[in-house]
Amino acid sequence: MFATEVSKTIAIADTVKKVSESNSDPSWIMHHVLDGNSVSFEPFGTLYLPHLQLFGIDISITKHIFFIWVIAVVLIILSLAAARGYKKSLIPKGLSNFLEIIIVFVRDEIVKPAIGKGFEPYLPYMLTLFFFILLSNLFGLIPYAATVTGNIAVTASLAIISFIVTQYSGMKTYGVLKYIKNLVPSGMPVLIIPVMAVIELIGLFTKPFALCVRLFANMVAGHIVIFSLLGLIFIMHTYVVAPVSVGFALFIELLELLVALIQAYVFTMLTALFIGMAKHMEH
Amino acid sequence: MLIGLYISVLALASEGGGSLIDVNPGVVFWTFVTFIVLLIVLKKFAWKPILTALDQRETAIRESLEKAERAKEEAQKILDQNQASLAKVEEESKQIINQSRIYADKLKDQIIQDGRDQTRKMLDEASAEIDRKKDASFNELKNQIAEIAVNAAEKILRENLDKELQKKIINKYIGEITKN
Repeated sequence: MFATEVSKTIAIADTVKKVSESNSDPSWIMHHVLDGNSVSFEPFGTLYLPHLQLFGIDISITKHIFFIWVIAVVLIILSLAAARGYKKSLIPKGLSNFLEIIIVFVRDEIVKPAIGKGFEPYLPYMLTLFFFILLSNLFGLIPYAATVTGNIAVTASLAIISFIVTQYSGMKTYGVLKYIKNLVPSGMPVLIIPVMAVIELIGLFTKPFALCVRLFANMVAGHIVIFSLLGLIFIMHTYVVAPVSVGFALFIELLELLVALIQAYVFTMLTALFIGMAKHMEH
Repeated sequence: MLIGLYISVLALASEGGGSLIDVNPGVVFWTFVTFIVLLIVLKKFAWKPILTALDQRETAIRESLEKAERAKEEAQKILDQNQASLAKVEEESKQIINQSRIYADKLKDQIIQDGRDQTRKMLDEASAEIDRKKDASFNELKNQIAEIAVNAAEKILRENLDKELQKKIINKYIGEITKN
């Protein structure tokens, strides 16, 4: 089993290498997944984005930032429209009703059970997080749009925010000193305490790291598989493989739709769980 | 298989320029800014009104349910009361009817008894009267017969006639009696 895996991997690596040698542009798959300084709407044209600098850091507007803004604007428009529906009546219709299902789901199925008592202040953050990730994931499935959650910098930022919120919730509940002291379970033998402290400290940072990598890998993997399947047509220089490629790509695309929902749910759920754990330390 | 592909693609990408796991500080910066602005805007203009509306609606639903429950209980109580008083009234009316029936029976018996008594009394009086009259008329008749007999004997003695004459006289007086 493992041997065949390895041989397959080598075969695929060989194929990719061969193709990259024969092709003039070796990064034809990565071009779609990676960030860039332009937004391509070929054949209608390409939007070149401005370069910016702040305190010596390159804060150029990239393709992913452009789409983050698009997502932010879409999200603001959608939720403001939904909020307006409640002004007319407490029982709204249409868009408000649809978003309400998701909002109530996030509130009652994710935040309330995971954080427990005193979940209300975290609800706006959780809702924003869920909708932002969901919309980002779904945007990746639209032609011309980029998957911003397939950029590790974006998922890392989201994970860092989640980390900050988690630590803040713990420190607010217990006070800074008591929170740090609580990280090490009480009732430990004195000799083990330093070891436990290191483990717990690492544990603090692995949680957001796992969040970051999980979302990033899930989103990027599906896209690479789709592009690779479609790329088979060009690698093999034949149309015979096209129906198979398109069929599989369609299947992966539908799978991506599911993954988009699941990953938004998982990221929000885990963040809520971490906040709940920081708020209700048992030791 | 996927992992193998992924690794080879990653390796390829790093050859061709950018890498998938390059963290661009600019993107981090803009993600932070965008997310925080998004959070503030949505919190103020979307989540707060929506969540407040949801809470209000839930409170309204809970309150109206409770109110309905209370109203139901109250209605049940009133119904119970009504039924109890109805039963009481029914019991009372039954009692009244029974009483009046007993009274009526008694009255009827009394009236019948009275009528019977009166009839008997009247009959008794009537028969007593009849007896009295009968006695009186019998006495009178006796007196008259005695008187006639005396008168007839007196006349027979006074005239002292023969047998034929006596017969004639007696017949004559007898004829007088009948005439009388």
